[in-house]
This record gives sequence, C-alpha cells and structure tokens, in this order.
Amino acid sequence: MLEVLLIILKVVVITMVMFSLPLPLTYMERKVAGHIQVRLGPMRVGPHGILQPFADMIKLLFKEDVVPAKADAWLFRIAPVVSMIPVFAVFATVPFGDKFTIPFINKEVTMYIADMNVGILYVLAVAGLSVYGTILGGWASNSKYALLGGLRASAQMISYELALSFSCIGIVMVVNSLSLLDIVKSQAGWHWNIFYQPLGFIIFFIGGLAEINRIPFDLIEDEGTLGAGYHAEYSSMRFAFFMLTEYVAMVSMSVIMVLLYFGGWDGPSFIPLPGIIWFILKVVFFVYVFMWTRFTYPRYRYDQLMSIGWKILLPLSLVNILITGLVVI
Amino acid sequence: MIEQIFFLIFAIIAVGSAVAVVSFRNPVHSVISLLVCFIQMAALFVMLRSPFLAAVQIFVYVGAVLVLFLFVIMMIDIRKASMERFVPGGHFWPVAILIVLVIEMVVIISKSKLEAVLVASPLRLDGSVKEMGEALFSKYILPFEVVSFILLVALLGAIVLGRKELK
Repeated sequence: MLEVLLIILKVVVITMVMFSLPLPLTYMERKVAGHIQVRLGPMRVGPHGILQPFADMIKLLFKEDVVPAKADAWLFRIAPVVSMIPVFAVFATVPFGDKFTIPFINKEVTMYIADMNVGILYVLAVAGLSVYGTILGGWASNSKYALLGGLRASAQMISYELALSFSCIGIVMVVNSLSLLDIVKSQAGWHWNIFYQPLGFIIFFIGGLAEINRIPFDLIEDEGTLGAGYHAEYSSMRFAFFMLTEYVAMVSMSVIMVLLYFGGWDGPSFIPLPGIIWFILKVVFFVYVFMWTRFTYPRYRYDQLMSIGWKILLPLSLVNILITGLVVI
Repeated sequence: MIEQIFFLIFAIIAVGSAVAVVSFRNPVHSVISLLVCFIQMAALFVMLRSPFLAAVQIFVYVGAVLVLFLFVIMMIDIRKASMERFVPGGHFWPVAILIVLVIEMVVIISKSKLEAVLVASPLRLDGSVKEMGEALFSKYILPFEVVSFILLVALLGAIVLGRKELK
C-alpha cells in the first residue's frame, strides 16, 4: 500500500513541477531574447519584470475561448490536451537520480517512477505522440494556415524521428541496455557518452530541435508565411495548453539529452553537490542552448528542412551506427 | 482480479474503437478511432508481459504509420469523401466476405488447443528484449531475413513508382 501511495505522490509532484515550469521558462526566454537583441526584455511588472509570467497567465485565463464556427468542434477542443498528455507521460520513466533514504522512517525511495527495460524506446515513442495534437489542432481549425501547419508537422515529424531514433541505437550498442537507469549508471565517473558518440549527439541535438519544433525548425508555426500555423485559431487556455506543451517538450528533450549523453546526475567529484543539483544544472544549460539557438539563427525553408532530414541526418546516423558497430566488435 | 478488470476495459475500448473506425463517415475521425484501438492493443501487449512489443506498437503504428495516414487524409476533400461509400456496389459482397471470415474463425478456434494458450504464463518483465533478439537472430533467422528482403523490395518499388512521375 505504501508503495502505491509513494508512486502516486511522485506522479503528483512531477506533474505539479511540470505545470509550473512555463512560468520561469517564459520569463527566462523573454529575458534571453531581450539581452541577445540588446534590449531589456520585460521590465514593467514587478522588479525586472519578474511578475510578467503571472500577468500573462491571468490574461490567458480570462480571455474568451473562441471555437471557430466551421471548426470540427470536438477535435478542436481535445487537440491541446492530446498534445499535452504525451509530454507529461515521458517523465514516467525518467530517472532524476538513484535512490535516497528518508531520514526518520528509514525508507528507501527511488528517484524515478518506473525503470522499464525498454525505457529508451518508451521515451522516444511517447514523445512522438505529441505531434497528434498539432496535426489535429491544425486540421480541426478548418483554416488554410492551420491546416498547412498541421501537414508540415506530420511530414517533419516522420523525417526527423528516424534520424533521432537511429542516433540512439549507437548508445544502446555501447551500453548494451535499453533501460535509462542502466544507460545513466554506465556513464558514472566521466565516461559520458558524448565522448564516445560525438556524431550521435550532433544528430540527436538537431533531430531534437526539429522534434520539439524550435527555431530553426519551427515551420509549423512560421509566422512569416503561415500566420501562426497550427494554433492560428486558438485562444485563451487552449492556446496556453499548446504553449505549456512546447515548454515541457523543451525540458523533456533537454532531460533526455542529459540522460543519454551527459551522464545524468553524474558530476565532477571535486565539487561536492548532490546529484539532483547537477542534473538540474545540466538541464537548465540545454534549455538555455535551445533559447540561444532560437534568437541566433533564421528559420529554414521547407525544402531545406526535408533535404537536411533525409539527405544529411539519416545517412550520417547510419554511418554512426556502422562505426559504433565496428568499434564495439 | 484487478488484471481482469483492466483487461476488460482495454478489450472493450479496443473493440468499440475498431467498430467506430468503419462506422464513422469522416475519414479523420476513423483515423482517430484507429489510434485509440492501437493504443489499447499496446496496453494488451503490456498485460501479456511483452513491454517491447507494446513500445514497438506505439512507435511504429501510432508514431509513424498513422501520422502518414493523417498526412494523406488531411489533403482529401472531406465533405466529398464522407459522402462516398467505402465499397462500391451493394451490401452483398461485404456481407458475404464477413460470413466467410466468421466461419473461418469459428473453425480455427474449435480446432485449436485452447488449453495450452490459457495456462497462465509466469510473471516476468526482465530480459525479454535480449531473449527476443537472440531468438530472432538464431532460431528464426531465415524468416527474419526473408521479411527484411521483402521490405527492401517494397522500398525499392516505392522509389521506382515515385520517380516515374518526376519525368
């Protein structure tokens, strides 16, 4: 009984943390954008604009929730939720640390919800499901721009998911296990996979950028040519759900990158910090890299996006598997 | 007991959504029902102690095949497509094929040894990936290679068909 309660408690804690993440992340994103473009970013609400996310949240909560007259009302309503659930489900198998003991009752607690022996497959498969929200939202809006956004999302997802998954095969070959816990444990003491799989990491990073639709791969919401793409018709809380999905997806991609290539909670031993702090620091670093890329590079054209995916990343990921295979043997 | 309740939930939703696939008029709604059906099947695979098959089911069918379905269907004129019948002509051939399939299923089930299947398998969630890989590359190496060869032929065929229109 205690075990079940503990699992429910972990699920609740993780979900709550994920739900509140967009507040600091939108602030961070706008400040990073501001300073990269030599301006101040939000400054008005609170000291240095720190209360801006709360103001935005209140605004989004009180706006009218518009459903277009010719939209497929039911699909239009559930699409934001469909895109939101998978990005949360990814965290079911993410190990945030090993185990620790609660001081007074002497109970050993693991810092993950489930350790599956197909963990990495689960993460990749479930993270890919989020695209359905985008596609359905785009289609159900019954608008040209939204539909084009949805179409682009499905094509982009198919093209980059392949390279992304193939780059993970290299890691599985090195570690000999599909479990995320085993993958992290095998990297203990500076044997991080980034040193053994540099090509794999580059492919994974680019594929990850495309998978979570960040610039330079955010063609599905290309405001220059598509208005706002798949969420052009959304307003109020449903729009906020799409934003929430985008931020949580960004965090989950950083988390997966840290787990697969940067040793999870493993840190240099001469600085005595708990593992979870190292983990969070690395994740924040990658979130920052995603934001940094966003305000540094322009967007790709659609044909460039397709040729990068199929003609460069996919062959490179196959080469990576081949080289890894030769070295492992 | 709890397992049986979950099995019933998944099985009922799976059958219900499978019926919905063919009864919805709007093709996009049909694809959504198929999506629900595939996810329930993945859940059933988990209950059969094969998480690997469940992950592959979601990865391949839900994550790739259905996205391609949606990609094509979204470009169809839905109002026209939902008016058309799936099978041209009357009700005769679909019903006839259905009856033949039901008879076939009844014959197969009555001839098979159900007892062997119904014996509960031991609870085991570890090592299935490794065992499966070893079995695929030793015991079932010939079927495995044949299947990959057929897939390669299909791939080449798709490329040839795609190139023809470019000229």
